[in-house]
Amino acid sequence: MVVAEIRIELKPGVADPEGQNTKKALELLGFEGIANVRSIKLFVVELDASPAEAKKACEEMCRKLLANPVIQKFSVQIK
Amino acid sequence: MKSEDIKVCVLRIEGTNCEEEMFQAFRQLGASPEKVHLKQLIGKCSVDMRRNLPDYDVLALPGGFSAGDYVRAGAIFAARMKSSLSKELKAFVSKEKPVIGVCNGFQILVELGLLPAMDGIMSDHPQAALYTNSSARFECTPTLLKHENKGKCIFTNGMAKGKIVMFPCAHAEGKLMFEKSKEKKMLDKMEENDQIVFRYVDPEGNYAGYPWCPNGSLSNIAGICNPAGNVMGMMPHPERVMYRYGHPDFTRTGENPNSAGDGRAIFESVVDRLVRKA
Repeated sequence: MVVAEIRIELKPGVADPEGQNTKKALELLGFEGIANVRSIKLFVVELDASPAEAKKACEEMCRKLLANPVIQKFSVQIK
Repeated sequence: MKSEDIKVCVLRIEGTNCEEEMFQAFRQLGASPEKVHLKQLIGKCSVDMRRNLPDYDVLALPGGFSAGDYVRAGAIFAARMKSSLSKELKAFVSKEKPVIGVCNGFQILVELGLLPAMDGIMSDHPQAALYTNSSARFECTPTLLKHENKGKCIFTNGMAKGKIVMFPCAHAEGKLMFEKSKEKKMLDKMEENDQIVFRYVDPEGNYAGYPWCPNGSLSNIAGICNPAGNVMGMMPHPERVMYRYGHPDFTRTGENPNSAGDGRAIFESVVDRLVRKA
């Protein structure tokens, strides 16, 4: 069994309201010195495949569903 | 074609919740809508439940949510349609049959690549995104929209250019975005192709920021169509204002509550067109 971590994040320059609002909330709680907060999405997919096959399959998952290439980029890490 | 012969497929999936209003909008104009689950179109149902997309004259994707709106709003519905219904969808759109997507339906059309579809019928990958509102909130509010289409969009033929209408909106992910590096080019091309249908405005008709534009959408865009004008998607809900009583100010304006609301023109345009056509 292979465990793949698929990380979906916004491309540079794309506004991240969730990250910005979280930053504001953290500051309201008294945390200081926060330069930036970014939100990312992480999917952990367990596959019955070889690491190479798993990586290929996960990248295809990103292209078909998990990432919108207009605003997001993805990376796959096999654990 | 008589209005009662117009078959409308109101397509739903688990989580859709505006199918009743969409159904009623077409029915009130004399058309024959039917609420159809995606599984009925792809044969994952009993034989008597089976339906075929080519048998319909209009495809309507209502709002609500779909498949929990996990991943991104509309993405799962779109991926499922793309994997099982791609050929039929392309044929439907190439025949210039009308397709309307409202709210979640708009998100689905964008994820499917049927909008903006600048280079044809359906792009392999999305060309735009409807992402989290700038406010990071679910925005549920009446919105004022200026009709910007010069005549391409078949859903607004009955509406004068520049007319301001009120359709309510209710969404968390409605900010239209293009790829940053191509933003200007794509916007220009959308204008050139007459693909922009509605923009959010303030009561004076000016393009204004939040809250008039509830989501921070690029160039205040609320609704767009494909280059042929037969596929339209918009975030606000025209089907919720079929009657004047759907407008928040109907008790103050003195208008007959049962007279036509602003949204009716959208459905009338397409029904009239199909009635005239044959």
